[in-house]
Amino acid sequence: MDFLGAFPQMGRTELRDLKKGIDEAFRHFSRTHGQAIEDFFHPLLKFLVWFEKLLLATPWPLMIAIIAALVWLGSRSIKMTIGSILTFLLIGYLGMWKDTMSTLALISVATFLCILIGIPLGILMARSDRIQAIVTPILDIMQTIPSFVYLIPVLMLLGIGKVPGLIAVCVYAIPPVVRLTNLGIRLVDRDVLEAADAFGASPRQKLLSVQLPLALPNIFAGINQTIMMALGMVVIASMIGVPGLGVPVLKAVNNQYLALGMMNGLAIVAIAILFDRVSQKFGKRLQKHSETIHG
Amino acid sequence: MADNNGIELRGLFKIFGPHGKKYVQAVRDGMTKEELNARHGHVLGLKDINISIPASKIQVIMGLSGSGKSTLIRHINRLIEPTAGEVIFQGQDICKMNKADLLRFRRHKTAMVFQKFALLPHRTVLGNALYGVELQGVSRKECEERARRWLARVGLDGFEDHYPNQLSGGMQQRVGLARALTNNADILLMDEAFSALDPLIRMDMQKILLDLQEELHKTIVFITHDLDEALRLGDRIAILRDGEVIQQGTGQDIVLHPADDYIADFVKDVNRARVIKVGTIMSPVSGPANGFPTLDAQASLEQAARLLSTKGKDRAIVLGNDGAAEGQITLRRVIDAMVTPVASEKEVSQPET
Repeated sequence: MDFLGAFPQMGRTELRDLKKGIDEAFRHFSRTHGQAIEDFFHPLLKFLVWFEKLLLATPWPLMIAIIAALVWLGSRSIKMTIGSILTFLLIGYLGMWKDTMSTLALISVATFLCILIGIPLGILMARSDRIQAIVTPILDIMQTIPSFVYLIPVLMLLGIGKVPGLIAVCVYAIPPVVRLTNLGIRLVDRDVLEAADAFGASPRQKLLSVQLPLALPNIFAGINQTIMMALGMVVIASMIGVPGLGVPVLKAVNNQYLALGMMNGLAIVAIAILFDRVSQKFGKRLQKHSETIHG
Repeated sequence: MADNNGIELRGLFKIFGPHGKKYVQAVRDGMTKEELNARHGHVLGLKDINISIPASKIQVIMGLSGSGKSTLIRHINRLIEPTAGEVIFQGQDICKMNKADLLRFRRHKTAMVFQKFALLPHRTVLGNALYGVELQGVSRKECEERARRWLARVGLDGFEDHYPNQLSGGMQQRVGLARALTNNADILLMDEAFSALDPLIRMDMQKILLDLQEELHKTIVFITHDLDEALRLGDRIAILRDGEVIQQGTGQDIVLHPADDYIADFVKDVNRARVIKVGTIMSPVSGPANGFPTLDAQASLEQAARLLSTKGKDRAIVLGNDGAAEGQITLRRVIDAMVTPVASEKEVSQPET
């Protein structure tokens, strides 16, 4: 009866020793390799800091002009361009300019990193079922594991700062671009691929001239989702010392400042909507070939 | 064009499944498709295919769906690996080529037209037409020149900057044809190229192909399930059933001497008047030749009948290539040849003992 009542769990001491053992081992690992890993990420830190300084040093009118120009190039929509100008004017007027620039820098670098790693990884997954079988569960873990949990080892290794924040954001945000690159390439019409084969396209030529262009709409949807998820991580990243719009939000939560929290939260939303609409419009414009269909 | 562009298919077997090679001998020894599938779970795709595809001619491979014809054509550029056998072109076995040679062979020697067009949807008509030469590494300028020339030849002048899905099916297949021709390859592989088109457009495309072939003299392998198309286009026809060649020869051979019931059934509804040439059924000249209408040996029975009825004669003289009288035909003989011979049908259906 006793056996059924209580779950036959591991002895308390053994369990404590096990946890302790793992902790010790990881601590040992971070003590011996922490410096090397930090050095490895140093260029990334330098780049992030440089980019953030650049955004902050740029005079605000110029910055708004650049943003408006990018929005125009991406969306070709007057409405959206004017909307973006007004949004950033309001953000600046409400005293959030500096934090917004920090967040923009972090998001840009994180997105860039995610694309840089995610698209090649997605291509590899599309080419090999085995790689897909290995990577998919890892992506599942990355998407579902509570971010605080993987923040612990990152913090133990790298301490508090921008790079661990950036890594945390990337871990959380990279799965969509990987998944959708893989999916997009796998969905490419087999007939078209066969035609490429028949005309003697090498695997590389096939990738560049058929698979990637035809997977582009899906890849773009992935990039879009990655940006959104990166923005969603801004507040959590601020907990480990990443400057930006998350910091005031965190302060507002701790001190019950409603207005401060709302303003900064809405600034994040505004940036998210802007990124989303522009990248979607841009993605759509890339496929003008599918617009008119012969009836 | 060179005469060595024929393709030799020798003892080609394709057995689909993980251990296809193991069962080649069993199939050679007479195991049927059903047995192979039931006992070993392998699917027999092709069985001992031997076809000499003549250089610079149109070889039609005909069969119903599931007969293996699409599998067969894909062995010529090795989109499908054979389980056993050889595909010889210009003295080389394509099945033994390494990857680099195979890519080169596909780029320079073959071009393919597909049933579902298989155009690149993100490229313009021009971009599609030059895809093959682009892969050959030809300069962009020359690519465009050649592609424009062939697009014009297939009647797509002015559509260069359209995207494929702005075009109708017939026009899309013209792009497919232009893409293949721009490649300037010796071998043109056409996999049910016109099957997806409606009948009038199909006739149109057949005519375009025949006109082009008259000056290009490529070695064309044309897959179809449509006997009329096969007879119209094919210099030679091979009929496939369940992965086996059951008859090959010229269109006339097949219509006049079907190898078995299956084929006899097939050719029963063919318009024989258009397929059979007077040269095939003429008899030696008997009696005077003067005053009777003359015909070319390549003329069809239909033409002969029309000639005889308009001239009001019942006898015509058949001329050979040199213009000399080679034989004669009578109205009666023309009519006899036009109708399906009931006797010969019976002959076929009762196996000789």
